[in-house]
Amino acid sequence: MPTITYREAIRQALRIELKENPELILLGEDIGAYGGSYSVTKGFLEEFGAERVVDTPIVESSLIGLSIGAAMAGMRPVVELMTINFALKAIDQIINNAAKIRFMFGGQFSAPLVIRAVSGWGQLGPTHSQSFENYFAYAPGLMVVMPSSPNDAKGLLLTAMRGKDPVLFIEHALLYSTQGDVPEGKEGIPLGLSDIKRRGKDVSIVAYSRMVLLALQAAQQLSKDGIEVEVVDLRCLRPMDLGLAVSSLKKTGRALVLSEDWPSCSIASEVAARLQNEAFDYLDAPIGLLVSKDVPVAYARNLEAATLPNVSDIVGAVRALLS
Amino acid sequence: MDKEHAQALYHEMLLIRQFEDKAAEMYALGKIGGFLHLYSGEEAVAVGALNALRPDDDLFTSYRDHGYALARGCDPKAVMAELFGRETGLCKGRGGSMHLADASRHFWGGYAIVTGHLPLAAGMAYAHQHRKTEHLVLCVFGDGASNAGEFHETMNVAKVWSLPVLFLCENNLYAMGTSTREASAQSEMYKKGCSYGIESWQVDGMDVEAVEASIEKAAAFIRSGKGPVFVEALTYRFRGHSMADPELYRNKAEVEEWKKRDPIPRFLEGCLANKLLSREDADRISSEVERQVSEAVSFADASPEPSLNSLFDFVSA
Repeated sequence: MPTITYREAIRQALRIELKENPELILLGEDIGAYGGSYSVTKGFLEEFGAERVVDTPIVESSLIGLSIGAAMAGMRPVVELMTINFALKAIDQIINNAAKIRFMFGGQFSAPLVIRAVSGWGQLGPTHSQSFENYFAYAPGLMVVMPSSPNDAKGLLLTAMRGKDPVLFIEHALLYSTQGDVPEGKEGIPLGLSDIKRRGKDVSIVAYSRMVLLALQAAQQLSKDGIEVEVVDLRCLRPMDLGLAVSSLKKTGRALVLSEDWPSCSIASEVAARLQNEAFDYLDAPIGLLVSKDVPVAYARNLEAATLPNVSDIVGAVRALLS
Repeated sequence: MDKEHAQALYHEMLLIRQFEDKAAEMYALGKIGGFLHLYSGEEAVAVGALNALRPDDDLFTSYRDHGYALARGCDPKAVMAELFGRETGLCKGRGGSMHLADASRHFWGGYAIVTGHLPLAAGMAYAHQHRKTEHLVLCVFGDGASNAGEFHETMNVAKVWSLPVLFLCENNLYAMGTSTREASAQSEMYKKGCSYGIESWQVDGMDVEAVEASIEKAAAFIRSGKGPVFVEALTYRFRGHSMADPELYRNKAEVEEWKKRDPIPRFLEGCLANKLLSREDADRISSEVERQVSEAVSFADASPEPSLNSLFDFVSA
C-alpha cells in the first residue's frame, strides 16, 4: 500500500471525483492559478480547466450560498474555505440554508455540497488559530468530518462527495505533511463511524483530527512504563458514533477526551457528558478533559504553545487518571 | 393582451388578494401561527413577473412568498395547508408561511434571512450557465435587502460571471418599519444595480402590464447571453410588515394614497374600458376565486397535522 501525505490523499479523492462526476466542480478563493493556500488544488486548473476549478471573489458567505444554489440545481460543488475562521462569515449560509434546505422544504430537495475548511494554527494569531467544529456540529442537518490520517481523509472525502446532503469536511493545517498508508482505488469510508487507532487496556483516549496523532505519540511513551492506552478516533462529529469509545471505556474504566477547542461548550465536553451517561457504572475515575486553555491563541510562539495541549500534557493527564 | 390573458392576470391577482385576506382572518382565529407576511397591494409584481417567464425558469423569493407561490400555480389548498402547519402543506408543515417551495414548479423557496437567498439564486444561475441551458433565475427581494452585504456580493459576482439571473427588487418603501429614506443611502434601488454595471431600471409595480412587459424585456436580454438584469418594482404593501405590525411608522393618509393605485381595480377598469373583460367575466372570476379560497381553508382545516413519527424525517445528520 503506498505511503502518501494527508494533502496528497485529499488531492487523490478530489481528482477521482473530478474524473468520475462531470457535475462536480471545485470553487474557492485562490484554488486555481494560485493553487490553494495550502496547495491542495495545485495543478488542478491546468488539469481540469477553469469550468471545473473556479476561483471566486473573497466572499465566503456568498461563495457558500452560490454553491448551495448550484447544488440545488443538481451539481456537486466542493468548496474550499481557506480557514475555518472564515466560515464565521458564512455561518448563516451553512446553518440557515445548507443544513436546513432538505428539512424546511419538506424533503423536496437538498443541497449536497462539500465544504472543505482548514483548521489549525502556527503563529497565525488570535483570529486565524481557532477551532469551530463545535459551532457546526451543533446544528442538525449538517455532517461534520475531521479526519486524522491520510487514509481517513481520502476515504471520508470520497464518501462526502457522493452523498445526498451537505458535509463540512475540516482538514488540519498541521496534518497536511503527515504521512500514512492509503490504498489506491476509489473506495470510500462510511461517514459517522469512529475507529480504533491503537489498542490498549488501561486508559481510553477519545480524540479526533490532529489530537489523535498526539494521543498516539503519548501512548507510545506511556507504553514504555507499561501503561497501555487505547486511542479512539471519532472521525465524524455529526453524526457522532460513540459506540467504540463507550466499549473502550467499559474495558478500561478510565477515559481522557482530547481536543484543540476551548473548554466551554466544546466537542470535548459534549463527548465527556455522553460517555458518562453511557458508561457511568464502569468509571474508575472522573472522565478527564484536555483541551486548549480558555484564552485566544496568541501570536508569540511560547504563548501559543502554552495554550494548546501537547504530548507531555497528554502523558500527564493519563498518569493523573491512573493515580 | 388578449381576453384570455387578461382574465388570467386578473384571476391570479384577485386570488392572491383574497387568499391573503383569508389568511389574515385565519391568523386572527389562531389557525395560523408565527409570523405572517402578507402580499396584499404587491400582487401586480408577482403576477406580472411570472407571466413574463417560462414555467421552468427558476424562482427564489424572500419570506413574503405567498403571492409568488400562487402566481407560480401552486395549489392554494397546499399553500393554505402549509400556513396551517399540516402534513398536506407544500412543505409538509416544516417550513410555514416564510418557507414555501414547490420543486415541481421550479420554485426553490421563500427564504427568511434577509439576503440569504441571493447567492443561492446566483448559484443556480451559475449551474445553468455551466450546462449551457436557456434557463434563467428570478430572484425576488425587498428594498431592505439592498443595504446588506450579500446583496452587494451577489451583484458583483453576477456581473463578473455574467450570470443568467434576474434581480427583482420590490421597493415597498419600508424595510419592516424603517423607511428607505432612513435606511438606504440610495433610495432608488435600481441605481445600486447600475453601480455594478448591471442593466437596471425601474417599473411601476402597481401596473401588472408594465411589470410583465418589463420582465419580458429583462428575460430577453438575459437569454441573449448578456448577463444579469436588475428591475426595481415600485410598490406598496397595504397591510403591515407582518400581522404583528401595529404600523406606527407610517400614516394612514400615505396608505390611502397608495390604495388609490391598487393594482387590481386599476387593471380591471382598464380591461373593462378596452373590452378585454366584461362585468360578467369579473363576477365569474370573483366567485371562482371565492370558491378556491374557501376550498383552501376547508382543505387545510380538515388536513392532519404531521405525524409525530415523522419528527426526524428529512434530517440527514
